[in-house]
Amino acid sequence: MDLGFLVTIFDSALRLSIPLLAACLAGLWSERSGVVDIGLEGKMLVAAFASAAGAYAFDSAWAGLLVGIAASVAIGLVHGFASISQRGNQIVSGVAINMLAAGLTAIVGNAWYSQGGRTPPLEGDQRFGSVLFGHSALVYVVLLAVPVTWFVLGHTRFGLRLRAVGENPAAVDTAGISVTGLRYTAVIIAGVLCGFAGAYLSVGQAAGFLPNMTAGRGFIALAALIFAKWRAWPALGACFLFGLLDAFANQLQGLSLPGIGEVPVQAIQAMPYLMTVILLAGVIGKAIPPRAAGIPYVKER
Amino acid sequence: MSAPLDLPRWADTVLVPAISVVAAFLVAGLVVLAIGENPLTATRFLLQGSLGTGEGLGFTLFYMTDFIFVGLAVAVAYHAGLFNIGGEGQATLAGLGIALVLNNLTFLPGFLLIPLGILGAAAFGALWAAIPGYLQAKRGSHIVITTIMFNWLASVLIVYLLVNVLREPQSMNPETRAFPEQSYIPFMHDVFAAIGIEIPNSQLNLTLVLALAASYFVWLLIYRSRLGYAIRVVGSNPSAAVYAGISPARIIIIAMVLSGALAGGLAVNELMGYQHRLLLEFTSGYGFVGIAVALMGRAHPVGIILASLLFGILYQGGAELAFEQPAITRDMVVVIGGIIILFAGALDGLFRRLVAHLFARQKLARA
Repeated sequence: MDLGFLVTIFDSALRLSIPLLAACLAGLWSERSGVVDIGLEGKMLVAAFASAAGAYAFDSAWAGLLVGIAASVAIGLVHGFASISQRGNQIVSGVAINMLAAGLTAIVGNAWYSQGGRTPPLEGDQRFGSVLFGHSALVYVVLLAVPVTWFVLGHTRFGLRLRAVGENPAAVDTAGISVTGLRYTAVIIAGVLCGFAGAYLSVGQAAGFLPNMTAGRGFIALAALIFAKWRAWPALGACFLFGLLDAFANQLQGLSLPGIGEVPVQAIQAMPYLMTVILLAGVIGKAIPPRAAGIPYVKER
Repeated sequence: MSAPLDLPRWADTVLVPAISVVAAFLVAGLVVLAIGENPLTATRFLLQGSLGTGEGLGFTLFYMTDFIFVGLAVAVAYHAGLFNIGGEGQATLAGLGIALVLNNLTFLPGFLLIPLGILGAAAFGALWAAIPGYLQAKRGSHIVITTIMFNWLASVLIVYLLVNVLREPQSMNPETRAFPEQSYIPFMHDVFAAIGIEIPNSQLNLTLVLALAASYFVWLLIYRSRLGYAIRVVGSNPSAAVYAGISPARIIIIAMVLSGALAGGLAVNELMGYQHRLLLEFTSGYGFVGIAVALMGRAHPVGIILASLLFGILYQGGAELAFEQPAITRDMVVVIGGIIILFAGALDGLFRRLVAHLFARQKLARA
């Protein structure tokens, strides 16, 4: 393995881990506030579609990003309304959002562009060009979100309150701080981050939207979140690790390793899921979610 | 706002789900309007395509069979307080079980091979659900996350097996060779033809009877058996279950085993009844539709049969509709499924409060 190969692998691992990282941080914000979010996949998909459509309509990648963020936040607010205001089941709401996103993007895409659900190919200013080391600005914004998340959640008053609301909402309520307000804020931040993830997929990495283009990345992000035990820097590590696995799977297609023989691509693809299951089983360390995650807050109780 | 809601039983079990479904269809109608089509015309094509012809009805009932199985699977786990969103993966593994049994025991006659195939489906589906069940019961891993991961593991595994191991050497497609002919579950039109009644040809096969029998079995199990009682106790109050001498861990694993076995019925209908080989993605997302079906049917077998019929109409009618009005693709059904899950599941409280409010006003008016 020469240096060139390593650089290629590193480079493609970074590319592949960016959407995971944005979605993973989105999940981190949401779940740290006590709102379980298995709708990351759906929000990402809606954002990918809306960004591509926006970039095409306004001839600008940045406008596309804004449209994508708006769409993702809107879907996030549906989840917020169901799980915070209506105290519905957060898992059920997440499943609904994933289904809605898959169906709506395909239908609307097909109705608008009549290209089997794709958006027209994006070119020139409609895509994010590279600004540094061949990567687009989005890559650096998402990477920057890691220290920001770490700092805000861990070292500010707002962050402390947000974490408290995910552990013991009654205590926060007693202190006169709005549980609902904090949770909605977290859900909106999660929406914005998923917007970045989706825009990166359709306007940064690819040149347009394809039906179901997230292809399970939202769930890998969820796995990474558990792997990172709901913390920002480990989230970066977990997402990069999963990106690296993905990059290896692409490079190793049909390649034979000495001593092991041909490694099936599927074995590498299965790693994130398998590692998450093993971690959750408590075999290697323990992943403990925020205590109030998934439980609607009822004031009178 | 959170005062206890007093609703008559019929309102709780029939009216509230009905309202949420109607609301879901209104929203779906808005989506159809938004893409510039007429919802009423669309509805007409949908009903015409699914119920208007004998052939359409056959296909509707074929899809209904799929949905009954996955709906029951979600419901049984739901009664134990578990949210099994692993129906996709469990049905996929059940398909593998079917292929292994049928293609390795080709020498057996049909009356032995068909039950063995069904058992293979149930066993593999049960196994794929039992592991998350065990991990939840004994290791405390969250069932939702593990079943999600097991869905993806199943899809990766089946791709590997079909591409590298089970594929016919000369075939380009990632699928197994055809199952032995005696293992085909008879088509309904052949069954009726044998007793001299002619009905239009469709994919509908005898698995429908198995689905209805499974519904009755689930009803007996949940509402009329000791085990079902234990399942419901664990579902509504695990600590009470412990005091009553019920082991929640044991019940969780049993409920997941039953749930996975039921999800296997999807593979029986699709593979033994229609495709007659194992191929990729035969589950087509129906595992998730099962969640909508179970929520809408209030996890009761009768409700599940009705909800499955509705989704059967949507899937068959949706295919015809996409043919007549290309702007409304079959993804519309996925949208409707999503809205129903949102309304009947996550926003259930909203509709209950609405109905309770109306009842309270009526009472006041009468007084």
